[in-house]
Amino acid sequence: MTGFWRQAMAITRKDLRTEVRSGEVLFITVPFGAAALMLIPLAVGVDAPLLQKIGPGMYWSIVLLFGVLVTVRQSATDGPSQRDLLSLLGIDPAARFAGRAMASIALLFTFEAVLAPVALALYGTDPAGWWWLLAVVPLVAIGLGLLGTLASTIASSISSATLVPLIVVPLAVPMLLAATQITEGLRIDATILGWILLLVIMDLLLAVAGVISARPLQEATR
Amino acid sequence: MPGPVVHLQGIGVRIGDTPILRNLDLLVGPGEAVGLIGSNGSGKTTLLRVIATLLRPTSGVGRVLGASLVDDERYDVRRRIGLIGHQPGLYPNLTLEENISFVARVIGEGQSVVGRVLEQVGLGAARHRTASACSHGMQRRAEFARVMITKPDLLLLDEAHAGLDPQAGELVAHLAAGARARGGAAVVVSHEHARIAPLVDRFVELRSGGASDAEATL
Repeated sequence: MTGFWRQAMAITRKDLRTEVRSGEVLFITVPFGAAALMLIPLAVGVDAPLLQKIGPGMYWSIVLLFGVLVTVRQSATDGPSQRDLLSLLGIDPAARFAGRAMASIALLFTFEAVLAPVALALYGTDPAGWWWLLAVVPLVAIGLGLLGTLASTIASSISSATLVPLIVVPLAVPMLLAATQITEGLRIDATILGWILLLVIMDLLLAVAGVISARPLQEATR
Repeated sequence: MPGPVVHLQGIGVRIGDTPILRNLDLLVGPGEAVGLIGSNGSGKTTLLRVIATLLRPTSGVGRVLGASLVDDERYDVRRRIGLIGHQPGLYPNLTLEENISFVARVIGEGQSVVGRVLEQVGLGAARHRTASACSHGMQRRAEFARVMITKPDLLLLDEAHAGLDPQAGELVAHLAAGARARGGAAVVVSHEHARIAPLVDRFVELRSGGASDAEATL
């Protein structure tokens, strides 16, 4: 394993271990997301056709909004002394970005996987062409994980964590649009390849942006 | 190690409109240990951060371990610098063993070294305790274990003695001696002059952001 990937994997492992111990995602964000999915049917009443129609959109909206919480969880936020430690250990900032993003992606994927059956049960959505979701769910997790990590790095460089949702939510709109259109396309048997391509391109662009900007953002406060 | 370990000339640091360091010169040679003294707010911690390449000076020139403080080459020497600052660089939700294991993994050291250094700093029995559940002194000892693994050529200690028992104080001496034996150097900040006097070759006093050699009042 090269130094870059060894460092990135060490960061991922550390972040996931910290998350498991703090339980911020598994015990707080996931149940809260499931509760949010439940509120919509309560609000619109027992209108099965309507719930089936809005189900995919609600699912992806919840994934986006609560996904922001997953990416900016406290356990992923390093204090000044931890940031100094990482710098003095000679960790490549790009490896740090990759490691943190991989941890966020793993948590987001878990979040999506747990919420999907809840959404199916509550909204009665027809899971037609569900196998496509095996590609879409990871693509959204990757995009949102990269975007959240990049936004957290930017916010950290200017010492303003409150900016993260303001950066993530607008930039995640194309992802939300693509994910809902794919689900709808599967339902009405329309072509979805263009939307999948959009997700792939977004993921690639975010990965490149994160790696390229890692060093300048880390040094911005030095 | 050829050339000085730390060579600062006319270094200044401003934070906003406030000058923290002014026109500061400092030379630390290979195998040397320097005690940095001065009143609160004199800029000792800021100076350590400049030397650690974690803070860019706003004026002056300087080299640390041969690398310029303002060029990209400073990134390459960071791995050779060990800093123990006011706040512990530990992850509070991880155990002491996991914290040290993380460091070993990042720098490509085998995991067998983790247990050994924790034993050396007297934390063998507390290895499974999370950092947040440890006392300040235990957290300090864990940081010493980290430095034992990274083996820095330049050791920077900021009030590393604070709140430590005499045995832990001996660890500080051991770490400083290690850096010097490798041909590196140590810069030690402390208010307890008498405690660090045996560790250092000379004292430098910071007054109003500038430095001068000083005879410490012991």
